[in-house]
Amino acid sequence: MKPFRYDRAGDISGAVATLAREPAGAFLAGGTNLVDLMKLGVVEPDVLVDVRRLTSPAIEDLPDGGLRVGAAVTNSELAADRRIRCRYPVLSQALLSGASGQLRNLATTGGNLLQRTRCAYFYDTTTPCNKREPGTACSALEGCNKDHAILGASRHCVATHPSDMAVALTALDAVVHVEGPAGGRAFPITELYRLPGQEPERDTTLEHAELITAVDLPPLGFSSSSRYRKVRERASYAFALVSVAAALQVQDNVVRDARIALGGVAHKPWRAHKAEDALRGRPAVEETFRVAAQAELADAAPLRDNAYKVPLAGNVMTRTLLDLVEAR
Amino acid sequence: MEITLRADGSKHRLAVDPRTTLLDALREGLGIWGPKKGCDHGQCGACTILLDGKRVNSCLALAVAHDGAEIITAEGLATDGELHSMQRSFIENDAFQCGYCTPGQIVSAVGMLGEVEAGWPSHVTSDVSGGEVSLTDEEIRERMSGNLCRCGAYANIVPAIREAAEGERLT
Repeated sequence: MKPFRYDRAGDISGAVATLAREPAGAFLAGGTNLVDLMKLGVVEPDVLVDVRRLTSPAIEDLPDGGLRVGAAVTNSELAADRRIRCRYPVLSQALLSGASGQLRNLATTGGNLLQRTRCAYFYDTTTPCNKREPGTACSALEGCNKDHAILGASRHCVATHPSDMAVALTALDAVVHVEGPAGGRAFPITELYRLPGQEPERDTTLEHAELITAVDLPPLGFSSSSRYRKVRERASYAFALVSVAAALQVQDNVVRDARIALGGVAHKPWRAHKAEDALRGRPAVEETFRVAAQAELADAAPLRDNAYKVPLAGNVMTRTLLDLVEAR
Repeated sequence: MEITLRADGSKHRLAVDPRTTLLDALREGLGIWGPKKGCDHGQCGACTILLDGKRVNSCLALAVAHDGAEIITAEGLATDGELHSMQRSFIENDAFQCGYCTPGQIVSAVGMLGEVEAGWPSHVTSDVSGGEVSLTDEEIRERMSGNLCRCGAYANIVPAIREAAEGERLT
């Protein structure tokens, strides 16, 4: 591992100021992804600013009925929180479907949002990768791409975002709070992530030295009717081939409202607005769900090895919505 | 950098390079060989320790980031020369072959039972919004999925953990 300087600031503004002066530095929280990437030489920061003890480790009730999750809350604590389990079960299920017990005990909310793709070429420093080394090439485009994106990719990058938690948060319209050199701001999680375009080295819209401090879960009348379904190559402890986070509001057997996001299909957690639009006001039956899924996947552009993801995503979306109807 | 670790009940001051993981600090710095370096990437679980009471992969935790931490390894589970009930149960159930993953399995199982006692659900818990968690074999397998055994001793690891859990409930 390349040598680096370790720095622990006294507070959030100190950490932001320190990193702002270090263009090749990075924040460190749980470290479960960053330390691994540093061992492999995929990322080589020369300074680590430790923020694990600076951001909040608490989950607080908000006056509007929502919840505020501090960036240092671990994945385990978030998944086990009674309020999350009852009011936002999709989030608890998404977290529990990711990683292992040991990793969830170290990994934080802020760090989970910022984990890097698991594209094998990104990890393999002997191969070209535009995300790792801009301007080289995308090895996956013509290579082994069974795990890669079917929506929103570019010829510069076909990687997928690996987080399960972020898929649930995307369905739930979560709001991300950050502190940066220019002050604080808050924005919907859909504005945190971006498509690769010509700059696949940028996973998010964050500027250098901007620190995620908290994530808000807005109140949603039907978020208790939500669930996460993940398909992977092993029964446990594997990244998603395809996953679906969904919340559904049904009244008199008609879909009143829905929130759907897909994982494993794009450079970002994929909010399925087209499917949501196709559901509202329609009968809550399998045919409606299939049509909605097809509406979302009409733009899918599969690669050589991942065409299976298109019907898989459609089936998983349909099944998840049916599960929610049957559980009522 | 100078840090303090409390490992298996003893307090240590040690100087570490910022690159040192807790795993290397324990093994190379303190001569505590229980945590094993299997994959060194958080994938196999052989390095599992209890860090401030929670099971974690010590290969992914930088020592400098855990200054002052309380650590328990497989070697610190025994009390007054008596093996921990989980250690006894692994022996009685022949829950290992080569033994390389065993310290990590045992520490992980102890940490896992604490999580069950705290009411934490798992991926196979049918209703996460429900109350009690019952420790079925399916629950044990899912919760222990972060510990790999290349000898494939799972068929005995699961009953070993079940028996230790049942024993604890009886006492």
